[in-house]
Amino acid sequence: MYSFLVRFRESVPSTTLILMKKASILMILGALLLTGLFQFPLWNIMLGAPQYPEPLGMNIYINGIQGMNEFDIQNIDGLNHYIGMKIIPKPNEMWEFTVFPIVIGSMAALGFLIGLLGFFGKVSYHWFLGWLVLMTILGIMGMYDFNAWMIDYGTNLDPNAIMKLQNPDGTPMSYKPPLFGHQKLLNFDAYSYPRLGGYLMGLGMVFTLIAYWIGKRSKTTN
Amino acid sequence: MKKYKFQLLSLFGALMLLTSCGNNNGQNTSSGALNSSAAEKVYVAPGEHDEFYAFMSGGYSGNLTVYGLPSGRMFKEIPVFSQFPTSGYGYSEETKPMLETSHGFVPWDDSHHPDISQTNGELDGRWIFINGNNTPRIARISLSTFETEEIIEVPNSAGNHSSSFVTENTEYVVAGTRFSVPIPQRDMPINEYKGNFKGSLSFISVDPEHGHMDIKFQIIMPGFNYDLSHPGRGKSHGWFFFTTYNTEEANSLQEVNSSQNDKDFIAAINWKKIEAYVNNGGGIKVPANYAHNVYDESTHSATSMMKKEVLTVNPLDVPGAVFFLPTPKSPHGCDVDPSGEYIIGNGKLSADLTVHSFDRMLAAIEAKKFDGEAYGIPILKFEDVLAGTVKSGGLGPLHTEFDGKGNAYTTFFISSEVVKWKLGTWEVIDRKPTYYSVGHIMVPGGNSRKPFGKYAVALNKITKDRYLPVGPEMEHSAQIYDISGEKMELLYDFPTHGEPHYAAGIPASILAPKSKKLYRLDENKHPYAVTSPDQARVERKGNEVHIYMSTIRSHFTPDNIEGVKVGDKVYFHITNHEQDFDVPHGFAMIGQNTSELLIMPGQTKSSLWEPKQVGVWPFYCTDFCSALHQEMQGYVRVSPANSDIELSWSLDGD
Repeated sequence: MYSFLVRFRESVPSTTLILMKKASILMILGALLLTGLFQFPLWNIMLGAPQYPEPLGMNIYINGIQGMNEFDIQNIDGLNHYIGMKIIPKPNEMWEFTVFPIVIGSMAALGFLIGLLGFFGKVSYHWFLGWLVLMTILGIMGMYDFNAWMIDYGTNLDPNAIMKLQNPDGTPMSYKPPLFGHQKLLNFDAYSYPRLGGYLMGLGMVFTLIAYWIGKRSKTTN
Repeated sequence: MKKYKFQLLSLFGALMLLTSCGNNNGQNTSSGALNSSAAEKVYVAPGEHDEFYAFMSGGYSGNLTVYGLPSGRMFKEIPVFSQFPTSGYGYSEETKPMLETSHGFVPWDDSHHPDISQTNGELDGRWIFINGNNTPRIARISLSTFETEEIIEVPNSAGNHSSSFVTENTEYVVAGTRFSVPIPQRDMPINEYKGNFKGSLSFISVDPEHGHMDIKFQIIMPGFNYDLSHPGRGKSHGWFFFTTYNTEEANSLQEVNSSQNDKDFIAAINWKKIEAYVNNGGGIKVPANYAHNVYDESTHSATSMMKKEVLTVNPLDVPGAVFFLPTPKSPHGCDVDPSGEYIIGNGKLSADLTVHSFDRMLAAIEAKKFDGEAYGIPILKFEDVLAGTVKSGGLGPLHTEFDGKGNAYTTFFISSEVVKWKLGTWEVIDRKPTYYSVGHIMVPGGNSRKPFGKYAVALNKITKDRYLPVGPEMEHSAQIYDISGEKMELLYDFPTHGEPHYAAGIPASILAPKSKKLYRLDENKHPYAVTSPDQARVERKGNEVHIYMSTIRSHFTPDNIEGVKVGDKVYFHITNHEQDFDVPHGFAMIGQNTSELLIMPGQTKSSLWEPKQVGVWPFYCTDFCSALHQEMQGYVRVSPANSDIELSWSLDGD
């Protein structure tokens, strides 16, 4: 990164203005990458087992949950009924699926506006960092909420469930899928990782960080 | 002395070496390198898939079985002409109409010659057709659901044997009669057969989109036995060739009396010419009575309709459309090579194979070089149409398939062997024994323009000592040969179900990707389907009780039913709500005078129960569907006929 910036500084007339314009474009791009979440899933959970050579999977979008294959959600619900899990929520059954699109849309618009104002020299690069901090706080809140939902989903079970399994210490077994990574749940291997929309969001946030960096550089080069 | 001792020792050592060498050699021939490579060639590792599908006719089972090649593993038995309690085919209300005929419900047939649909002379894998030999019928089976979709009865036919072979673009599936009969059927002395009985050759059109079959025309031929047939292809597309025997027109002890003529015929039919004649209004519509049964995938139900008319064609009315090619010794198989030039008559009472040339046949027709006629149909001169004779040294040639590399493979029933020979030079390249008394042979695509010449499967009639004995009746035996090299190599034996006659093979890469995994519940148009459990209900119409029931792992909705009375006709209409691959549910009711049902995901099937005894009678799921399969059950309370208990139904008290 440093050598890139050095070359950048050597090849381009090192004026504040041009560096700030570059940083602003990066800020705009970073903010726009968030909109990928309207098209692509944020997160993905896959469930594989010996009798499911083609694993069941669900894609978590900001506005709802969809199966990897058409009938995956129905089949996951079918399996979950044995252990008394609730059925996977429909979009209108969780406030998150209404609020998340508004939050993401607003943040993308806000980031775009900040970038635009930065480009025309109306705001400083500090705004870039401000946006990133806000986005990070919202992201952590989102993850916390997601995890809380999964804890509820995996532990708040129907008392009349067909199978009531316990841990070796006698506590009821939790079926909470992992927030990130792999976990064995009975005969199932559960894998939980970000999906394209999530990666685009991450990339967008990295872009805004770089934008902040370049903006900051523009001051020091002066 | 010392030296002598040493010499003796070395001599002894040399002897040891020799004997051990001999032993090793012996082992090499029985279980050495060659055999282990044969094992590798048929070994399909656990979880791996076969390279080809093979569809074996079931013969007297009336069905069609699906195997994998090269492993010889059986994947499925597809019920076609026979009731099949395993799935409820022919027992369920939806599929009973499939087995309706002009003779009423016929629960069985003898299925012989599967043939896969073609486009431009190559296998396209849309459908497979098969003939019912006994009560003449042709069936069409979907190759995405692997279920029978349509059966059409063939009137004016008996012993529907020279069937069911498709033309190059599946324009027609063709069915010929083996036993000539009075046309129309009438009361007459049997010994007046000669000159009075007729043989019909039926051209059944196939709708290119849905595959629906319709008899376009029947050619009413002289009263011979039309044994087997194959279409022309490539340059001979538009022609069809049928072997005949009993040109003597004997009506008794045919074993002897049909074997007197030195030569019978191959009938060459220019069907394009007859098609044009018919399209221009030719032919005679005659009264007939035959069933046309169609299964609809969206309603999961079949309907049966009687057709009352068929269009017949007198071959004499279409000059230049039908010719006879003299062919020695009661020919059986009639096979056309991939180029369409050679028509092979497998003279079953002969040692030799007769090969006719299509080009020479056309030239002889052009030059009008006829050698008399039979009932007005011109007979060509044997020498004028002959391309060559294969002097095989075998006995009893029956059937020939091709590898697409200029070679032909002929089975010899009497001498129990497969003979490989070269088209054009007629030289024998190789011969291998079969075990025993081989009938048909099958190379995937071996009777199309594009054979896949890697394996040949011999379908044997006699098994004897090939497997562990299981009493007097043994399953038939198939043998798979590697035909990729100059010499054939016997790889493997495997038993086959029923009596496979012909078979059809196709690369798995064509069929496997389009095999259906389930039926969509949202496309289920069955009149008694319930698409969500809250629609489940019980309705009474007089003494008919209709139970609209749904299933999902692992319960029936409803599972407690009361208000049924002795003497009622109780119909269980069961919809499987699963939408997951390979999760059927079964249904069986105690004391029911029919078979179980096996209901695929998204499908609805109906079963009739006529309770005769008062009591509380359980039903249950017969397919181990889940860990709670044993709990998948329910009860029907049956009250006396005069009871006034109201109909009620519930699941978990609701």
